[in-house]
Amino acid sequence: MSDTTLTKPAPVAEPPSRWRRTLTEITGGSVMISILAVVLAMIAGGILIALTDENVQAAAGYFFARPADTLAEIWKAVSGAYVALFQGSVFNPNRPEFAAQIKPFTETLAFATPLIAAGLGVGLAFRVGMFNIGGRGQMLIAAACAGWVGFTLDLPWGLHMVLAVLAGLIGGGIWGGLAGLLKARTGAHEVIVTIMLNYVAFYLVSYLLRTPLLQAPGSNNPKSPPIMDTAVFPDLLGPQFNLNFGFILVIAATVFVWWLLSRSSLGFKFRAVGLNPNAARVAGIDVKNMYVYAMLISGALVGLAGVSQVLGPLSSGFSSGLDAGIGFDAITVALLGRSKPWGIFVAGILFGAFKAGGFAMQASQGIPIDIVLVVQSLIVLFIAAPPLIRTVFRLPDPSKPTKPKARKTPAAPTQKAVIAK
Amino acid sequence: MKLELRGITKRFGALTANDHIDLTVEPGEIHCLLGENGAGKSTLMNVLYGLYQADEGEIVLDDVVQHFAGPGDAMNAGIGMVHQHFMLIPVFTVAENVMLGHEQTKFGGRLDLNAARAKVREISDRFGFDVDPDALVDDLPVGVQQRVEIIKALSRDAKVLVFDEPTAVLTPQETDELMAIMRLLKERGTSIVFITHKLREVREVADRITVIRLGKVVGEASPTATNAELASLMVGRAVELTVQKAPAQPGKPALQVSNLSVIDPRGQVVVNDVSFEVRAGEILAIAGVQGNGQTELTEALMGLQSRVSGTVSLDGRSLVGMSVRKVLDAGVGFVPEDRKEDGLVGEFTIAENLMLDRSEGKPFVKGGNLQLSFLNGFAEDRSKEFDVRSQGIQTAVGRLSGGNQQKVVLARELSRELRLFVAAQPTRGIDVGSIEFVHKRIVATRDEGIPVVVVSTELDEVVALADRIAVMYRGSIVGIVPGTTSRDVLGLMMAGEVPAGIDVEGTAA
Repeated sequence: MSDTTLTKPAPVAEPPSRWRRTLTEITGGSVMISILAVVLAMIAGGILIALTDENVQAAAGYFFARPADTLAEIWKAVSGAYVALFQGSVFNPNRPEFAAQIKPFTETLAFATPLIAAGLGVGLAFRVGMFNIGGRGQMLIAAACAGWVGFTLDLPWGLHMVLAVLAGLIGGGIWGGLAGLLKARTGAHEVIVTIMLNYVAFYLVSYLLRTPLLQAPGSNNPKSPPIMDTAVFPDLLGPQFNLNFGFILVIAATVFVWWLLSRSSLGFKFRAVGLNPNAARVAGIDVKNMYVYAMLISGALVGLAGVSQVLGPLSSGFSSGLDAGIGFDAITVALLGRSKPWGIFVAGILFGAFKAGGFAMQASQGIPIDIVLVVQSLIVLFIAAPPLIRTVFRLPDPSKPTKPKARKTPAAPTQKAVIAK
Repeated sequence: MKLELRGITKRFGALTANDHIDLTVEPGEIHCLLGENGAGKSTLMNVLYGLYQADEGEIVLDDVVQHFAGPGDAMNAGIGMVHQHFMLIPVFTVAENVMLGHEQTKFGGRLDLNAARAKVREISDRFGFDVDPDALVDDLPVGVQQRVEIIKALSRDAKVLVFDEPTAVLTPQETDELMAIMRLLKERGTSIVFITHKLREVREVADRITVIRLGKVVGEASPTATNAELASLMVGRAVELTVQKAPAQPGKPALQVSNLSVIDPRGQVVVNDVSFEVRAGEILAIAGVQGNGQTELTEALMGLQSRVSGTVSLDGRSLVGMSVRKVLDAGVGFVPEDRKEDGLVGEFTIAENLMLDRSEGKPFVKGGNLQLSFLNGFAEDRSKEFDVRSQGIQTAVGRLSGGNQQKVVLARELSRELRLFVAAQPTRGIDVGSIEFVHKRIVATRDEGIPVVVVSTELDEVVALADRIAVMYRGSIVGIVPGTTSRDVLGLMMAGEVPAGIDVEGTAA
């Protein structure tokens, strides 16, 4: 008779809608929240840099004697790190000529290319109310398909590349669509299916890389032969820059997703299903088919990320580690970009800058690149916790003025009240 | 224990769910709280149980004013609740569920399951429940699960037991058993608050009846009151709605439904062998207390139910087994019962909602592209025609009032070429002005020669609109009577009885 609310187990009612509500909340926030999350994460990263810096630690040893020393060291460590980050990702004035000065920015764009593509895929799935955690698997399958076309077929320049890209898109689309199909036909949750398909894809590609199908002839390493020059993405700005044609494709993909979501009939149905599947069903929209189509397109977009890897930086031959965490970073990118095409584009470039600048930061200041990972992770954390951001920056709560609904069933208020405690 | 609620008021924003409700439950009586869905019964009980804090008023137990900060306080004070949706953990045994939240432990923090088992056995024997303390809750039938809930409440020495719509999930036999249990509990001195909207159950067990409507107590009745009296109290007569309409000019039969049955996902027959027809240019109202199969009937017409037998034909074309898309394309307009859940996408704009069920082809889509300029023009015109009050067609529908939301649904459905119009609870929860507008449009639709089916639990609405009235009770049509039938007769029919000397078409199943 002692304890209170725990006597009532949380009602198991309607898990999908609760899941969906969280999803809408995470993806539906404002641009402001995104920007503030980045700022807050950078501040937290700065604290970490200061705490781990050896000079700061040494100066802190005599903090009470000369506090100014400590503060100066903190300033030196943090500003040094972020200046290095900026110089490694955007513009480095210390270099002799303009082409070299601006090179970091092209690096950023090159790193951003697969992130944007995969982010668009994940974001599209978000808009239809689904979590696509299968970026890794979709990238691997797409890369294997594109790679195979790239190093086996003998075709003229241009056509070869187009075919390789198409093969990759189809491969990624099928791998994503599989999860959509299973969800639509059997009700299997896409989160679990896509995660499991990651493993299937990883071991499948690892295996194929040890068979003549993908393995470079005469090699003992699980690595593919180099892609033929006719299929490799051409450089955009000449050989001294890493930026290639993949970036153009990614811009096209962003425009395509924008068109799909805000101008096409299919996208209209996608959004309706994502926001209220019940109303969509009553309005004659085939909700299950929408899940399949959305995962097909989502998988193809993520597949483009894999394609841009094998036909770009990894064109000398790829291994099963080609996704390099991009499939998961894409989730962060999609969240930061609020699942909107241009938002994802900007978020992808920001993350590309973190990647490009992270290396510079490590090289010039000796700051472990893990700090960048911490900052990235904190961004997700802050985005997933808009109330926290609102509290820190004293923003108004958008949900306050709307009145709570009086529910017919007692279950809903019960749930709410128990949670509120 | 004597329970008194004095002047309980609970508001949610602009909505007053409970408006100065007074309720007294004497020791050892079964007090029925009768009212339609949304009348405020559940809110009141959640206030009593500490889940909501009342804005005004007080809860008094044996002349002591109580302040409940949460369900724990309410339980400690001796109030137990049996929820409509059971609060049990399916993978736990009965004993584990009963002890959950006030576990007794032995040395070293080990759970004292034996004590819990003994307690379950003791209570179970006392009331003849026949519940095995070691059975997994998941394996038990629904009726027995409910008994576990009752045991849970009694094991915490509840003196006042609240049953929230306890029979909604039970079969008729289980319902009868529950009634017997309630009588037994009463004999042993437990006070019972029994929330329901089913008249038969009320008359069977209640000592006193309080009827709530739109958040207010509208009257008390004794169990000897007739069904008709109870029904009219419940659905109310306060607002006398009149709709100007000319006599119907019915044409030839358009919608023919015969032997339609629907089985719900739980395997219950919710629509049982229903037959009726609607002629072009007439309104058939389907009346009945909420939950007697009307919802499922309209869903079956729309292709939203999966287990349907019987035939439905519109102008000679069969509709059974068609997808929702095909049914809509066949010219059926549909206003769903729950507009927020099924009729609109709250985050979409007015314009987007106006094309929600027309996202397939012309005029809104050409070559896969949305025709936004056409849509905006269309939305402006319709907003004007249907008097949707908003800050513009780009306003999110979720920000509109209920009446304006319903106008958006109507505007969408009535601007298609219709061969049948089905409106379920078209005026639920909307203001009087909008009600009048909605009624006018429905009559205008009829006068264009379109067959109209209106489902309503509001007797006023039924009487105001109907050319003919079909009354549903427990999944069957009790009878189809002319629109001029008196309210008393309708009230009786809503309770499942056909008064002698009344001519009905159609068959009672």
